[in-house]
Amino acid sequence: MRLYIAGSAPNSIQAIANLEAICREHLKGIHKLEIVDILEQPQRAMADGVLVTPSLTKVSPLPAANVVGNLNDKNKVLLALGIKGKVA
Amino acid sequence: MNGTKRAIPQPLPKLSTGIEGFDDLSRGGLPRNRTSLIVGGPGAGKTVFALQSLVNGIRRRQEAGIFVAFEEAPRQVIANGATFDWGLAALAKSKLFLLDACLSPTAIQSGEFDLVGMLAMLKAKKQEIGAEWIAFDGIDVLLTLLHDPVAEMREIYRLRDWLADNALTAIVTAKLDNGHSGAPHYGFMQFMADCVIRLERRLEHGVSTHRLGIAKYRGSDFAAGEFPVSFGPSGIEVGAAEPAEIRHEASIERLSSGFERLDAMLGGGLFRGSSTLITGVPGTSKTTLAGKFAEAACRRGERTLFVSFDEGAEPIARNLSSVGIQLKPHVKSGLLRMYSARTETISAEDHLLKIRALIREHRPRCMVIDPLTAIAKAGGLVAARAVANRLIYMIKDERVTVVITALNEGDDPQAESTDLQISSIADTWIHLSYLVRSGERNRALTIVKSRGTWHSNQVRELVLSATGPKLTDVYTAGGEVLMGTLRWEKEAEESARETRRYAEFDHKRRELQSAEAHTGAQIKALQLDLQRQQAELAMYSNDNEVRNTTTSDREEKLRKMRSADPAARAPGAAAAHARRRIAPDPEKKGGNGATQ
Repeated sequence: MRLYIAGSAPNSIQAIANLEAICREHLKGIHKLEIVDILEQPQRAMADGVLVTPSLTKVSPLPAANVVGNLNDKNKVLLALGIKGKVA
Repeated sequence: MNGTKRAIPQPLPKLSTGIEGFDDLSRGGLPRNRTSLIVGGPGAGKTVFALQSLVNGIRRRQEAGIFVAFEEAPRQVIANGATFDWGLAALAKSKLFLLDACLSPTAIQSGEFDLVGMLAMLKAKKQEIGAEWIAFDGIDVLLTLLHDPVAEMREIYRLRDWLADNALTAIVTAKLDNGHSGAPHYGFMQFMADCVIRLERRLEHGVSTHRLGIAKYRGSDFAAGEFPVSFGPSGIEVGAAEPAEIRHEASIERLSSGFERLDAMLGGGLFRGSSTLITGVPGTSKTTLAGKFAEAACRRGERTLFVSFDEGAEPIARNLSSVGIQLKPHVKSGLLRMYSARTETISAEDHLLKIRALIREHRPRCMVIDPLTAIAKAGGLVAARAVANRLIYMIKDERVTVVITALNEGDDPQAESTDLQISSIADTWIHLSYLVRSGERNRALTIVKSRGTWHSNQVRELVLSATGPKLTDVYTAGGEVLMGTLRWEKEAEESARETRRYAEFDHKRRELQSAEAHTGAQIKALQLDLQRQQAELAMYSNDNEVRNTTTSDREEKLRKMRSADPAARAPGAAAAHARRRIAPDPEKKGGNGATQ
């Protein structure tokens, strides 16, 4: 998974916190998370087609998925990541 | 609105959009390093306006630009832009950067997001390509995803601050339907922008027309009001009001109208760069007159444009060839360009643009529009009037000599002025009419006006024949104008009278010649008589002298032979002798003889 954030913008900080909580709860030890700060790596974010921040991309396993926003809606995030079905 | 405010002391720096007409309305373009907002309904031309400004910036001034597409993928934007002559695909590889800002439909939204990341990317891109322009096309699409008016407002603020910090000339477009937007951000966006432009598309008499108006422009004067917009090959063109001051060069060069007689009636022909209006009811040979002008122009080797409405180029050429006007060879040689258009489906504005494009493409020196009144068919008369005026001014600006025909339904030349009201702009106004008399319809030509030149006030008859149209004198008899066969009769009568008069004159001349010869002969006879008499007289006097001389000699001899006293006789004899010589009078001769 890759999370694109923009420095210390409130939504970005919120997203990191939300994602870490989800990982702790549902993906303990089986995930790999990379956090990309667009303020530091704008070219890379552009190359990856990121538009708004924060934005989460599931790189693998396929199918790839995108979630935008501060990830406050946990259910939607789980659904997008394809986790919810397994757990429930 | 600050329409009357003028930034004279320190003019607002502006960047030209290169959009035909708009730079005039906005007195120079969009405010540099500031934000301009373009609002309008779907299909009003917002994207084209934004993209065209960027493209022109690159092509004219090498100003790089970033186009952020929220509504369409860059691929689509490029494909749509390919309908204009921008070379967009090539530009997109160099100085124009298109950012795909369409949120993927598969993306799931969870909670709030912001534009911080995107703006950071754009900043990096701006530094990379040195962008001067940035366009956010359809920003409302993204903002509405926030589902939160407060958040929307916050992002707009963020955008405004970012633009202010980054010294970019920005164009932001947002959808707006009929001047009313449900989106709460609209009011604030207006506030944030220094220049607000409204684009609108509406239907008028079943024809789609576009309008543009500048709603506000901080720190600058601008033309208030709504202006027609049309889409030409180079994108949007705004039908800006003509500059109040007319600056047309006045040429004194004369061009032939194609008719020697008409040229003479106009005092030598039409002025180069002038506009001539030919009015008349249907069938009065307006097209023929215009065609003759076009043919004459081509014969002089001048590039010519023939625009016809509601009649195809082929039929026109064929019809004109039946009266001896040959246009086809000139079309083949490329000198003459014929363009025909239908009028029902396109608005007058679009015709104007098409004609302008044709003028720029063909670069004619002479042109014909036949009939201009046709543009009033679609889209309403008011619009057509404005277009007709602009068209004539535009043609004059291009210094093209134009002949325009206009149809008037009645047979009164004054009726024309109520239609398109172009007669006041035209330099020369020729009116064609029918005169019906004695079961005939004949064409009459009059010059209603011709600025700056002497012109004939006479009515002429226009006669069409296979060898070509020509103008002939009309006869006025008993206060009525005679044409057609009546004119022919009158001509025949006149001709017969002329012949008779000539015969009479000839007869008289011969008579006089004969009398003169007779008198001459008489003089000669008398002279001969005189000579004869003179000769006789001379002969007579000579004879007399000889006889006198002989007589005196004989007397002398006689005296010598008689031995008379010479001293006593000599003086008397000598005196008598002298007297005889001085006056050889026959009467005195007798006297003398008596003294002896």
